[in-house]
Amino acid sequence: MRNNSSKATHEPLFHIAKRNAMVWWKAWLIRGASIIASLIVCAVIIVSLTHQNPLEVYGAMIKGSFGTSRKFWAMLQNLAILLCISLAVTPAFKMKFWNLGAEGQVLFGGLCSMMLMFMVGDRIPNVLLIIAMLAASVLGGIIWGLLPAVFKAKWGTNESLFTLMMNYIAIQLVSFAIMVWVPSGSSVMGLVNPGTKAGWLPDLFGQKYLINILIVAVLTVVMFVYLKYSKHGYEISVVGESENTARYIGIDVKKVIIRTMILSGAICGLSGFLLVSGTNHTISKELAGGNGFTAIMVSWLAKFNPIMMVLTSLLVVFLQRGAGEIATKFNLNTSLADILTGIIIFFIIGCEFFINYKIMRTNSGKEDK
Amino acid sequence: MSAPAIELKNITKTFGSITANKNVCLTVNNGEILSLLGENGSGKTTLMNMISGIYFPDAGQIFIDGSEAVIRSPKDAFDYKIGMIHQHFKLVDIFTAAENVVLGLKEDGKYNIKDVEKKVAEISSKYGFDINPSKKIYEMSVSEKQTVEIIKVLYRGANILILDEPTAVLTPQETQKLFAVLRKMKEDGKAIVIITHKLHEVLDISDRVSVLRKGEYIGTLTTSETNEEELTEMMVGKKISLDIDRSKPENCEDRLTVENISFENSDGVKVLDDISFTARSGEILGIAGIAGSGQKELLEAIAGLQKFDSGKIVYNDPKSGNAVNLKGKTPYQIRELGVRLSFVPEDRLGMGLVGNMDITDNMMLRSYRKGKSAFLKRSAPRELAENIVRDLEVATPGISTPVRRLSGGNVQKVLVGREISLSPTVLMTAYPVRGLDINSSYLIYNLLNTQKEKGVAVIFVGEDLDVLIELCDRILVLSSGSVTGIVDARTATKEEIGKLMTKNSKGGEGDAE
Repeated sequence: MRNNSSKATHEPLFHIAKRNAMVWWKAWLIRGASIIASLIVCAVIIVSLTHQNPLEVYGAMIKGSFGTSRKFWAMLQNLAILLCISLAVTPAFKMKFWNLGAEGQVLFGGLCSMMLMFMVGDRIPNVLLIIAMLAASVLGGIIWGLLPAVFKAKWGTNESLFTLMMNYIAIQLVSFAIMVWVPSGSSVMGLVNPGTKAGWLPDLFGQKYLINILIVAVLTVVMFVYLKYSKHGYEISVVGESENTARYIGIDVKKVIIRTMILSGAICGLSGFLLVSGTNHTISKELAGGNGFTAIMVSWLAKFNPIMMVLTSLLVVFLQRGAGEIATKFNLNTSLADILTGIIIFFIIGCEFFINYKIMRTNSGKEDK
Repeated sequence: MSAPAIELKNITKTFGSITANKNVCLTVNNGEILSLLGENGSGKTTLMNMISGIYFPDAGQIFIDGSEAVIRSPKDAFDYKIGMIHQHFKLVDIFTAAENVVLGLKEDGKYNIKDVEKKVAEISSKYGFDINPSKKIYEMSVSEKQTVEIIKVLYRGANILILDEPTAVLTPQETQKLFAVLRKMKEDGKAIVIITHKLHEVLDISDRVSVLRKGEYIGTLTTSETNEEELTEMMVGKKISLDIDRSKPENCEDRLTVENISFENSDGVKVLDDISFTARSGEILGIAGIAGSGQKELLEAIAGLQKFDSGKIVYNDPKSGNAVNLKGKTPYQIRELGVRLSFVPEDRLGMGLVGNMDITDNMMLRSYRKGKSAFLKRSAPRELAENIVRDLEVATPGISTPVRRLSGGNVQKVLVGREISLSPTVLMTAYPVRGLDINSSYLIYNLLNTQKEKGVAVIFVGEDLDVLIELCDRILVLSSGSVTGIVDARTATKEEIGKLMTKNSKGGEGDAE
């Protein structure tokens, strides 16, 4: 104890310690405060760079998503697709299987649908065609997800690299298919079967995207139940948390990896089907449009809870659409919109640090609560 | 006489409620090899980590060459010319020996790797190392890697070398080579501390021996004036009475027979070497041994988690009277055979439990498969969780608290409670009281005793000899993967067990090729 004084000069002023569980309302208070803080920082940047009124800019962002009925439905459609892909990657990530190949799984699933739609579109009844397309997409997604899983389970290959590389294969296959299918040599494929609408998901109550939205809504609930209340979901959690514990209680880790990636790939394939049959009625290399990666963020932000993912994907879609809106309305570069999105997400993720850790002054007291 | 190279005065270090070192005093002189002797958990490594800047003492002073030193980081330690060779090497596999040596050194200008290699070669020839500086680490044997670690600290100009159990990974010949090098360094005037618990090595290499026991400094002896008996006694201490109720075993039957199991790890080292024993119902079989003598592998082999090369494990079913061979079975298959085997592993949160799950979900780990439904039934596990929290007095805000938020003792209560709830016929526990306070420890001892009285065959892997002697009925001693003896716990002495623990089963310094 004698040399305490000489010690103090070497101690850092602050240190970081893990918190005990925080009451839920306090955690939400911090999250709310962080969003307000992010809006203030964004306002400073808007004023200093563009001299616009930040409130007007925020207003335009809201209008971009909710302004008109058409915009609102378009936003819900974007939301449904992003949520669907997020639901697909969630079981894999919960198992700590780093599936970076959702992009490719969606694309290949979509390609399978398009193949049927383009090649046998007008020759078989529409109901049969749509069912066949759905099955083909799911199967395609499964193949794209299963390959890396089998290699990981049998030979311990790195799944991140494997799934990532599979994306490029899917992109090239789509390019190739378009080259073969489009006679003019153009790299853009127009609407397929515009006259007969063969293979198009029908409108429901006059709304084009309603079927997509309903399918994803049901899937969200199913996934929530699967992860939380099924034995499979429990095994996924155990394998993800500790492979040693899984071995200890006799879970066949390889089997769980393969089974879960079949599920993950299947839902990605379904997303591809919804995009081709329900939304775009055509295909391009940008079918998934980066959502395969954004989905990872959505899933982590929601801590793998499917119900929470409705909120996090809404946030992301809202920011994306709002960003596009202000870019056109104020004639700003789209980069500004990206900057704002980045700042807001940074604050939202960053606040989790303050929920999980506390910063304490060193030597400020013996015990802390 | 010049000031000692290192002098420690009243060093104390605590981790939470555990005191790792208490008022330890120690001196090391230049041109001397000091052995630091003590059982597992006696605080040897913690003490040395404070000299090498990994931990900072709570109280006490460190003097280097006579003046007080404040060592806050490994870099500070290097500035005082202190170098530590850790038990687990800290090398970059894809770099060469020379590249690893200069890694992290802050010097001006560019490195000329040729110069480094030349200097490494100089150090090698000076002390008699045998190393190729441009060889990559992943191509090296364990002994070569250790050589690189030693050269690394010598290259930085270390005058004080601390080696943490350097011989644990070496063959007898490699050990002799290392000792020859250490003697040369000693002649060169360097101060060397070697942490070990192998008595014959202490007598072979060191000039003086300092002994620690349960974090406390016991004393220092001149090696030439002492012998194995005296050192063993200092290391294990006098017998302490713990007042554990021990009943006479009744109606013992052979429950689990292990016959000649052997197993080599991927490096070709025999981790288990021809092990045979029988665990009987209504009896606690203790397993003693220095850490890493094969305890973990033995229990995991029985639990179906570790494949082994030869031998068999036979379980005698008390209901049907059938004998079942467990070799090659997975934990799930073992359970399906009706073998009621419970296992409290050493790594509680990494293997026995899932830290991020709550108590209820951890209860389900063993039982969630029950029933044909695809969905989980949480009602029975919830009830079990509530019972365990109540009966074992687990301090927790509730059964929906993640177990990683509980203290060590409470985590262990949850784990042991779950394993006992399966009404096992064989209960294996590995270091079940490690890190626990006195009250929790006694609670665990009592639970094990109750199980024994119910006719369970209990296997208890422990490190505290006092506890082993008072709790168990028989004690099996492991040394480097072999059984060196099975003694009656009622008549055995600590010295006897201590000697068996350090006994070289191969009989002296044999060839290990």
